[in-house]
Amino acid sequence: MASPDPATLGALADPAQYHEPVDLRDLPPAKAITALDTLLLIRAVEVCIGEGVRAGTIRCPCHLAIGQEAAAVGMASQIQPHDRVFGAHRSHAHFLALGGSPRQLLDEVLGRDTGCSRGMGGSMHLRDVAHQFWGSVPIVGATIPIATGAALAAQMDGRGALAVTCFGDGATEEGVFHESLNLAATLRLPVVFFCENNLYSSHLHIGLRQPADSTCRHAVAHCIPFLRVEGNDLPAVVAAMRQAADHARSGAGPFYIEALTYRWRGHVGPSEDVDVGVKRKDDLAQWKLRDPIGRLAAALEQAGHLSAAALSEAQAHARAAVAQAWDAAQAAPDPPQAALQGRVFSAP
Amino acid sequence: MTYADGILVALRHLLREHRECFCIGQGLWSPWYVGNTMRDLEKEFGTARVIDSPVSEAATTAAALGAALGGYRPIVVHPRVDFAVLALDAIVNQAANWNHMFGGGIPVPLTVRAIINRGGEQGAQHSQALHAWFAHVPGLRVVMPSTPADARDLLVASVLCDDPVVYLDDRALYDVSEADTSMAAVSLRDVLPRVRRAGHDITLVGTGHSAHLCGKAAELLARQNVSAEVIDIPVPGPVTDGAARVLCDSVRRTGRLLAVDGGWAACGFSAELVALAAETLPPTAWKSAPARLTLPPAPAPTNGRLERAYYPTAETLAERARELTR
Ligand SMILES: Cc1ncc(C[n+]2csc(CCOP(=O)(O)OP(=O)(O)O)c2C)c(N)n1
Repeated sequence: MASPDPATLGALADPAQYHEPVDLRDLPPAKAITALDTLLLIRAVEVCIGEGVRAGTIRCPCHLAIGQEAAAVGMASQIQPHDRVFGAHRSHAHFLALGGSPRQLLDEVLGRDTGCSRGMGGSMHLRDVAHQFWGSVPIVGATIPIATGAALAAQMDGRGALAVTCFGDGATEEGVFHESLNLAATLRLPVVFFCENNLYSSHLHIGLRQPADSTCRHAVAHCIPFLRVEGNDLPAVVAAMRQAADHARSGAGPFYIEALTYRWRGHVGPSEDVDVGVKRKDDLAQWKLRDPIGRLAAALEQAGHLSAAALSEAQAHARAAVAQAWDAAQAAPDPPQAALQGRVFSAP
Repeated sequence: MTYADGILVALRHLLREHRECFCIGQGLWSPWYVGNTMRDLEKEFGTARVIDSPVSEAATTAAALGAALGGYRPIVVHPRVDFAVLALDAIVNQAANWNHMFGGGIPVPLTVRAIINRGGEQGAQHSQALHAWFAHVPGLRVVMPSTPADARDLLVASVLCDDPVVYLDDRALYDVSEADTSMAAVSLRDVLPRVRRAGHDITLVGTGHSAHLCGKAAELLARQNVSAEVIDIPVPGPVTDGAARVLCDSVRRTGRLLAVDGGWAACGFSAELVALAAETLPPTAWKSAPARLTLPPAPAPTNGRLERAYYPTAETLAERARELTR
């Protein structure tokens, strides 16, 4: 097979394609069902947060990952206890996919002391080291070199751990992205550069920001092996991530993954149609047919591992769990006033 | 005219009258990022002169510097001053030093416009007011308007200035409005502090949004029979001798100084103002020790209640001023 053109997404960028059930590949049915449950949980949490924003209960800026859940779950599938994962402004899904608690996420977006960042950071600053999530920040591209350094530490530790940095196509326009790829390749660092290419950086399509629509060309420029996957195809993302993780853990150096996906909501907030003041192209309806949940569920149904009734039950279960967490979160306490100046340095 | 209108009017004027002006930065084609301050400019002047850019602060800012050296008057826009931190090499190492290190007499007509956000639970990386960093650097002019007319006239002056200028506007002021005035042509180096309100008990001084707060606090104080003088410093970098004189003359009259700033206290703009007054005025001029009101020494929190405690208000400012006059 000829290696794919690293600069061109080709058919992947066509929203009219990849609507069919995914190929389950070697993913065992039990694992696929667990993954489906996680996708459903993330979707339910994101919908709940969107409603909270709309109602004004949540006031921090929230960048929802509805439509991008499979990329996060596929990425998280290979993470082991000593690994370290970093995210960006759109990281609710990364946090949850790694096993972070929905309640701690909801508490955080509500700014409560019981949130994952103790109410100091909100949606854009999540952290859960117990689940290998070392931090997400909204300065675009910022965690790419930080993850590279966390990989350097992992390399020094010599325990086969790796780092992952999750970022969007927009982040590849920042200088530190290119510096980090060069540094990681030169030092053969165990880092996976995980790009979720959703074709947009806020209101601008990639065609208005870059001369080519696939970011894999940057991996080639830095002698880093890459894989491009349909990011809404959970088994495909899992397989790509397994290859990337095996490569990094073996000491062979960094790996680059580009998962092509699409966000269903605006850049920030819950609205579908208006994206930071600019109307998107009219292709959202097509993208919804490339639903990561729908594609996986259909494959499981076809293979006889899931019934329509079981799917709606799983959906209802996810929604109920989230609704319960949301209700409980309303009563969670604010951080004390002393937190404002008491949390500036590591010890007060 | 609102403050946001003032910026829009200035940009429209510059793009219409000065062919060498162009804008580059993120969000310029989206009203969401820059409010109404750039509405439809790309439609009126074309996307070749109003360039919405990739997420590349360092490159766009340094590229604008290069274009400035080539005879253009670029306006780089950073929707948050926090993002301009990625462009500090272009601003601090390059633009600020260019004229001096190559012997002088070299025009560097670059304007970096960056927007300050306060509040909205946006947190530590979207809410910083870093004007003091820029004002620290020789070779940079720093502009922080507090009124619609200054937002307009000083933006025009910034862009027409042959030195690099960091122009910082404040989202919290966008809806502030005042009666229309006609545009005044000014030179940045001649801009003096504005005495926004005369008073005899205490001098309140600040730049940008803080000057606005001082005005509000003075109204509250007037109702409590405290007569506050309000000084607005629209060009915090550099504070010229002439500007310092306006401040010191005021403190000489009132005998009290409260320097208010939307940044932090440590090595900040309020410290500069207090130092200027303390260096100039004899000890006998002071009825009370000069004081500062700033953000507490902490990053911006996102929790709403902590956020409300974080930012000074007209009330907290008036309260502090009253303490000083007691
Ligand atoms: C340094 C910096 N520049 C600009 C921004 C404003 N901004 C926030 S998110 C974003 C879009 C980033 O797009 P991408 O990396 O593709 O991620 P996506 O939103 O698609 O998930 C931009 C430009 C920022 N937060 N930080």
